[in-house]
Amino acid sequence: MLAFIIRRLAQSVLVMLVVALIAFAVFRYVGDPIASMVGVDTRLADQEIMRERLGLNDPVVVQFLRFIGNALQGEFGISYRLQQPVTELILSRLPATIELAFASAMIALIFGVGLGVFTALKPRSPASALVMALSLIGVSLPTFLIGIGLIYIFSVELGWLPSFGRGQVVDLGWWRTGLLTESGLKSLILPAITLSLFQLTLIMRLVRSEMLEVLRTEYIRFARARGLSQRAINFGHALKNTLVPVITITGLQLGSVIAFAIVTETVFQWPGVGSLFINSVQVVDVPVMAAYLMFIALVFVVINLIVDILYYVVDPRLRVGG
Amino acid sequence: MADPILSVRDLTVEFPTRHGILTALSGVSFDIMPGEVLGVVGESGAGKSMTGSAVIGLIDRPGRIAKGEIHLQGERIDNLPEERMRGVRGKRIGMIFQDPLTSLNPLYRISEQIVETIRTHLPLSKEAARAKAVGLLDRVGIPDAARRIDDYPHQFSGGMRQRVVIALALCAEPDLVIADEPTTALDVSVQAQIIDVMKELCAETGAAIMLITHDMGVIAETADRVAVMYAGRIAEIGPVRAVIKDAKHPYSAGLMGAIPRMSADLERLVQIPGAMPRLSAIPPGCPFNPRCPHVFDRCLTHRPAASEIEPGRRVACWLYPGVQEA
Ligand SMILES: Nc1ncnc2c1ncn2[C@@H]1O[C@H](COP(=O)(O)OP(=O)(O)OP(=O)(O)O)[C@@H](O)[C@H]1O
Ligand SMILES: [Mg+2]
Repeated sequence: MLAFIIRRLAQSVLVMLVVALIAFAVFRYVGDPIASMVGVDTRLADQEIMRERLGLNDPVVVQFLRFIGNALQGEFGISYRLQQPVTELILSRLPATIELAFASAMIALIFGVGLGVFTALKPRSPASALVMALSLIGVSLPTFLIGIGLIYIFSVELGWLPSFGRGQVVDLGWWRTGLLTESGLKSLILPAITLSLFQLTLIMRLVRSEMLEVLRTEYIRFARARGLSQRAINFGHALKNTLVPVITITGLQLGSVIAFAIVTETVFQWPGVGSLFINSVQVVDVPVMAAYLMFIALVFVVINLIVDILYYVVDPRLRVGG
Repeated sequence: MADPILSVRDLTVEFPTRHGILTALSGVSFDIMPGEVLGVVGESGAGKSMTGSAVIGLIDRPGRIAKGEIHLQGERIDNLPEERMRGVRGKRIGMIFQDPLTSLNPLYRISEQIVETIRTHLPLSKEAARAKAVGLLDRVGIPDAARRIDDYPHQFSGGMRQRVVIALALCAEPDLVIADEPTTALDVSVQAQIIDVMKELCAETGAAIMLITHDMGVIAETADRVAVMYAGRIAEIGPVRAVIKDAKHPYSAGLMGAIPRMSADLERLVQIPGAMPRLSAIPPGCPFNPRCPHVFDRCLTHRPAASEIEPGRRVACWLYPGVQEA
């Protein structure tokens, strides 16, 4: 187990180094950092002094190592646009994105697994057919269209739910949460559903096909032949075997939920890191872009690692020393 | 004579398909007495497994029992509601499948799978069920059962796994065990041991066995009676010694030629030429007629039913007087 974790950690570090290289390249070579930082009226000589002071004339390798050193300390420079430390900016936007991603992941997981199991156990029922048809729409419609559609129905026509923003937030010192106020919760519903739909259909279809597969196996037949109850067979024996691949996909999807939040955050003007990134791209705020890249990579790497460990916990066959 | 534990009458199983109805079993009738071992042999696709599935009520969709009755200890079970049937499976009829590699759920410990099964059928506490499970594993020959019981299936060899499967099939002390090729997937060196363990345990509890196998040698050593199946029908059924020594049906005679014997009687080592017809292409008359060395005109037009020609022996072949039409 330990060797396995160490090996996976080493791989994760390698991945992060590669992403860091890309982020560094973006940071260093997209546009001219000095030109972005100072006004056009600054004299060339002064620009040169700044360049020297910021170490932009050092060999590339030295600059890259310095970039990594800074990144390790959570130091990504100052946003050109907002004149604030990038790390501070991202951290202040992070709670909004995490709450949104978490809420939609929960929706996707609960409804995805539930509907997947239902459609697998009752493949002939009309409800299953309806769910499957709807799920096709879920995967094929682009996120922003779904978001706009939901806004039109529930905000514009029915006026039940707010169409943008995060509602009232409560400051817990290190975390600004929207989960403790009614307007915060109401504001979360539409964006969370929008963001969850794609993953929900994906998980549902995965659970369904896995479950159908598992229900055909010999050990399910043997469980039936032993007279176990339908519930024990479906939810004990079959579902647990379905979960191994589901955990993997869901875990990876959680990473993409955070990454895809960009679109949803833009549609709903949700003040998270995704909309921060979009706003930064528009003005080529390179430090923010580089940091965002690193952040998303870190999310994927960490989630991957957790998924691998979970996998290991669920499936005894992967454990060594048997 | 005592009442049979299992009585199958005129069992017919059909599969509706796009191209019409396939009849997987047709007019299958047989009895199994308490404590008796009935061997079931026949080529691949003859309907051996289907007969076992029908008895335990687990025919795959869209297959269904179209005709006939199955009685267990006098009670009709082929039309029981699912809920009641669940109380029959495991509790009164135990089932052992061919491949122990795939019969056990890979994600659960052996202890969990046995305790779950015991507690489904017997009113025992977790601890009592576990103690019973350890005893049972010990009985089927798992060394160090008290410790190994908490292992996962993949930690056992094929032979050991099949012992676990036997323990699972027998844990609620059923009166009948259906063993569908219990040793086919195993190493030749352990096959005899597995059959012995199974037979011994069943003899202890008085359970009858329906032993499905390709191996005539196993039948010769283990079974009391044997049913020879062909194309979804019983071709011949009778006491094992009699059928081996003096097979009546030309198909059984061919099969019996496959038993290895010390004094190899060359004349008996006949191969049966040809192959069993597909279900969709069973010829009119006797289904064996294209391959039969003794075929005559009646065989091509009239289908024989397995009929009693001597006390305790039934044959479906026009060579014998008194055979009825199906
Ligand atoms: N789901 C199904 N749909 C249609 N036909 C089926 C189905 N399952 C089995 N059959 C047919 O029923 C017949 C009997 O099959 P069965 O599995 O009982 O054969 P068997 O004697 O056990 O053969 P084997 O020795 O290969 O196990 C076969 O011809 C098979 O093609
Ligand atoms: Mg079979």
